[in-house]
Amino acid sequence: MSTPIIEVTGLSKNFKEFKAVDDISFSVPKGEIYAFLGPNGAGKSTTIKMLTTLLRPTKGSVRVVGVDVLRHPSEARRLFSVMFQEPSLDDELTAYENLEFHGILYGVPSALRRKRIDELLEMVELSKRRDHMVKGFSGGMKRRLEIARGLLHHPRILFLDEPTVGLDPQTRNHLWEYVHVLNKSESITVFFTTHYLDEVDQHANLVSIIDHGVIIADGTVDSIKKETHTDTMEDAYLSLTGKMIREEGSDTSNRSRIMRAFGK
Amino acid sequence: MFTQELNAIYILWLRQIKRYYRARSRVIGSFAQPLLFLFALGYGLGPVYAQAGKGNYIDFLVPGIISMSIIFSGMFSGLAVIWDRQFGFLRETLVAPVSRFSIMLGRTLGGATIAFGQGVFIFIVSLFIGFHVQNWILVIPAFIMMFLIAILFTALGTGMASRLEDIQGFQFIMNFLLMPLFFLSGALFPLTNIPTVLMYIVAFNPLSYGVDALRALLVGTTQFGIGVDFAVVTSVAIVFMVLGAYLFSTIEA
Repeated sequence: MSTPIIEVTGLSKNFKEFKAVDDISFSVPKGEIYAFLGPNGAGKSTTIKMLTTLLRPTKGSVRVVGVDVLRHPSEARRLFSVMFQEPSLDDELTAYENLEFHGILYGVPSALRRKRIDELLEMVELSKRRDHMVKGFSGGMKRRLEIARGLLHHPRILFLDEPTVGLDPQTRNHLWEYVHVLNKSESITVFFTTHYLDEVDQHANLVSIIDHGVIIADGTVDSIKKETHTDTMEDAYLSLTGKMIREEGSDTSNRSRIMRAFGK
Repeated sequence: MFTQELNAIYILWLRQIKRYYRARSRVIGSFAQPLLFLFALGYGLGPVYAQAGKGNYIDFLVPGIISMSIIFSGMFSGLAVIWDRQFGFLRETLVAPVSRFSIMLGRTLGGATIAFGQGVFIFIVSLFIGFHVQNWILVIPAFIMMFLIAILFTALGTGMASRLEDIQGFQFIMNFLLMPLFFLSGALFPLTNIPTVLMYIVAFNPLSYGVDALRALLVGTTQFGIGVDFAVVTSVAIVFMVLGAYLFSTIEA
């Protein structure tokens, strides 16, 4: 097997006393579509933020395409693209200007930038809206524009943090189609989180599940289903993480209550 | 590498400018307050000032109102980091492959340009209501001073915003920092014969030197001396830039 494109070793993040992420290690092979699952507050977003240089780990290391993200953040940032849970577009700029802004920040030369922007707007079917303010866009249109923007600098890895939240089924399917096309044709590695577990069955090959800051299961979708004697990822996930509802936020007392309820 | 950082600074600057002229209500709103002060105080207190034997109040007031429009606008642009954080756009810039220093610099230059432009606008309006420029050559260094004041306050706002989680802190800063700095800078009334305690505050207020410099260059009266004014404003602006850039670089989102 070739060297993994994402390598995480002994990664931890403490918020005061609370261990949000506790000594996790995993690796993602190149060209995979990798699902990173876990209940609310389990440490998913914290982990993604550490992988994408937004949050400084308390301990551990992260390498993307062989680059240490802690030591060479700018170099690492050029190699990936992130789509956050909440939109991160500038509402008071047009679709085209949002892409132009991104292209310039990422140092895409102007002729190439214009060509790619046209192609990408075409791909996400927003060409007719190129000079419209983003403020008037629907949630689905914003997501499509973010996909286009994320691809402008030809990243090797695409991080998607709950990319399909709040989207209608049509847009969801559409979004996944793009992701597959990119994964196949450009061999972009995809690392995503979601709460819609049917998406994992349909689109992912490898999975890891994080809970209370530690990875409680990882492997292929099939192997996890086999181990838990279940037919769907949803059942496998529930059998691993329990049926208790989690409260989001980093409230320690609340967390220890859940831990006690689980007899841990 | 270096051109990359320059391009980043340029596009961040351009974004601030574009957002500004597109928000019509913000443009009008930002002129309304200083113009109101200029007209209300200029015409209201002018006769009293003249009776006290101090001369033309408009000449005294205009450098203060120019400063006012610059500091409010600059601070506001700096604090806009909070809005970008709430609307998610801040992250787009934080994961970009450019240094945080360039990002902060681009934003600050953008905000400062807008603030400076507003100062120039107030200056032009004031010429129509009876403001006398003593020497037109000195308008050039006066404009440089205006830009320095703009940088100082935009950098201050940006630095503070990188420590604020939400918009709640905004009013606090406006009322407990900006308003006192403005009132105790000599912008509206002469700061002679005031209690010693207040005199210390005035001496530690960088805006006092900014207002004094504008008055020295445009009207020809000065309290601290033009050399001291430029030295103080320039060094405080540099310190705030560096401090702001440091605070900005520690933002985790």
